[in-house]
Amino acid sequence: MTLDRVKRGQIFKILSIPDSLMRAQAIRFGIAEGELVSCEEVVPAGPIVIRKNNQLLAMGRNLARKIGIALA
Amino acid sequence: MAHCHNTPGIKNIPEGARKIVLVGNPNTGKSVFFNHFTGIYVDVSNYPGTTLEISHGRSGDDVIIDTPGVYGISSFNDEERIARDIILSADLAVNIVDAVHLERDLFLTQQIIDTGMPVIVALNMMDEAGRQGLEIDLDLLGDLLGVPVVPTVAVRKKGLDELRDRLSEARAGRATQGLEPLLGSLVNRVGSRGEALLVLEGDPAVAGRHGLQPENRREEIYLKRRERVNDIVKHVLRETSRGASYGSVLGRWMIKPITGLPILALALYAMYQVIGVFIAGTVVGVTEETIMLEKYEPAVRDLVGRVIAEDSIPGAILIGEFGLLTMTFTYVLGLLMPLVIGFYFFLSLFEDSGYLPRIATLVDRLLTGIGLNGRGVIPLILGFGCVTMATITTRLLSSDRERRIAILLLGLTIPCSAQMGVIAGMLAAVGGWYVALYAIVIFMVLVMIGTVLNTLLPGKSSDLLIDLPPLRLPRIDNVLKKTGTKSYNFLKEALPLFAVGALIISIFQVTGVLDFLQNLLAPLTVGWLNLPKETATAFIMGIVRRDFGAAGLTEMTLMPIQTVAALITITLFVPCIASILIIFKERSKKEAALIWASSWIVAFVVGGLVSQIYNVVGGSGEFRGALVVMLAFMGMTLAILLACRLAGRKARQATDRGLGCG
Repeated sequence: MTLDRVKRGQIFKILSIPDSLMRAQAIRFGIAEGELVSCEEVVPAGPIVIRKNNQLLAMGRNLARKIGIALA
Repeated sequence: MAHCHNTPGIKNIPEGARKIVLVGNPNTGKSVFFNHFTGIYVDVSNYPGTTLEISHGRSGDDVIIDTPGVYGISSFNDEERIARDIILSADLAVNIVDAVHLERDLFLTQQIIDTGMPVIVALNMMDEAGRQGLEIDLDLLGDLLGVPVVPTVAVRKKGLDELRDRLSEARAGRATQGLEPLLGSLVNRVGSRGEALLVLEGDPAVAGRHGLQPENRREEIYLKRRERVNDIVKHVLRETSRGASYGSVLGRWMIKPITGLPILALALYAMYQVIGVFIAGTVVGVTEETIMLEKYEPAVRDLVGRVIAEDSIPGAILIGEFGLLTMTFTYVLGLLMPLVIGFYFFLSLFEDSGYLPRIATLVDRLLTGIGLNGRGVIPLILGFGCVTMATITTRLLSSDRERRIAILLLGLTIPCSAQMGVIAGMLAAVGGWYVALYAIVIFMVLVMIGTVLNTLLPGKSSDLLIDLPPLRLPRIDNVLKKTGTKSYNFLKEALPLFAVGALIISIFQVTGVLDFLQNLLAPLTVGWLNLPKETATAFIMGIVRRDFGAAGLTEMTLMPIQTVAALITITLFVPCIASILIIFKERSKKEAALIWASSWIVAFVVGGLVSQIYNVVGGSGEFRGALVVMLAFMGMTLAILLACRLAGRKARQATDRGLGCG
């Protein structure tokens, strides 16, 4: 499934991030492919906020649609 | 090569001084370190080709250089490019790490260590880490990184003196495993390990300097580095309890529309009360009226008047109606400066508290419709302060496409604070329904133009990916300092541009060009806008500054609908001289000229439509007339939204079938 379908509080693994620039930025934030993260908040029709430890990252809905995840 | 040991953009570094650079992620408290080390004698330089200011100061025989907060060094944006070049030219790096965000911050630490330069780490915010139940094994962290680690609480000045004493212990740390074979012969070819690393990581600018093609090993190296950082964090960090972080509930409220929009409205209302009411009214009343108009201008007229007659040509240029010494200073110092200071104060508050990225998250969905992402809200908000400076801040948008959309929307539809003041006064005089009419027409034009641009411009706007830092109570000294620096830079930038504007209009006035243009415009103003012929003067003035234009309208006797139509036209009219000069600097000449010309067209088409539609309904009461015009504009917007959606779908289908132009 893709990131735009997660619900608040769910824990999941990032499987794939399509764009190489986005991938590089995500690696810097510690949210690389294969990492286990949780969903902090879903803005209705808007961005998804994911959390890893103390790090919060907001991702636009269109980006979230392209990120493959698997629920843990 | 010149770039090897000169620090770009920074002057007055004494020969032989040790260059110490402060590096860290955004919001790690770097500025507190900088101030502590350098004291009050600080030079602020403008980095070539950007508006970012870089501070540097002396500390004993050393020079301390600050850098913008970044998550890594590369060419992803202006901040990173600057940080990269300064770091590569420095002798020693003090890396400030937020103890609460080890996993994020150590990526940059490791990247700097990988460049091979001597590093010392200041592990800051140890108190907050303690409160959140985080225990960090400092000795082990130092061993694993291979560089000294000093615990600090910068805001309480804890550990800062120890850090200073131990600066000379800084050393090259342990590089990411597997990097050496890759760096291999490249180090010899480019002559510096740091630059070789960036060439490997695919940095086009650094590769270009050495006449090389950037390598394609960024991801491989990033993943290795990330793996190493995660491993270090696993070993040194222990979570004793999950302490609730401050402001996490409020932070959540800020990004959910149901609570976030009221919070945003409240914040904007506070801003309006302070800037729009208090500063624009009370403060400007003193600075512009009392100080500049009543004291300064008569004094300067008297002084210059003793040498040059005021009604001579040089007299008119220097101290006349649009005089270089009179109008320029009154406007910039008396009117704009207080407003700009107010805006930068709020912006610094929003920035330092962590609210700004949350606003961006909240409004992201709305802005994607007009081809921007959530970050676009920052220049749009700033535009209500000053369109000129907002145009410069569009640099923080990640793609050229977004900058183009944002700059056009700013130039066309966003009235700046000076203009807003005049407009609000005139609208208040004509009453309720006309206020709604004005606001709705301008908003609909913004939506229509944004949507059309988003559909027509090739490519796609970038997606939002933004770090949400923890909410913090901003430190007032930091906020004031930021406000001061930014306001000063605005003054430096705006004053010469204003002088140019004043000079141009004075010359028009003394040569009679002003009169000629007035007559030229008359058919448009009288025939199409249904305004008296004299309003042409206001538009001519509006070319210099839109608020001059609006101010020119206040002296005319107009019917309410004429007032609204004239105000709508002048709002959409060409950006002021300062803005358009900045647009010419920021964009291509062709694009800037296009923006300028299209704002003439849009302004007169929209203003005329408002006037004509209202008259067709036949002056049958203000309520009905205003309502019909508003409905007409909403209808047009809806039609454009639908048409663009259809066109977008068709284009996508065409691309899917491989027929698209993209």
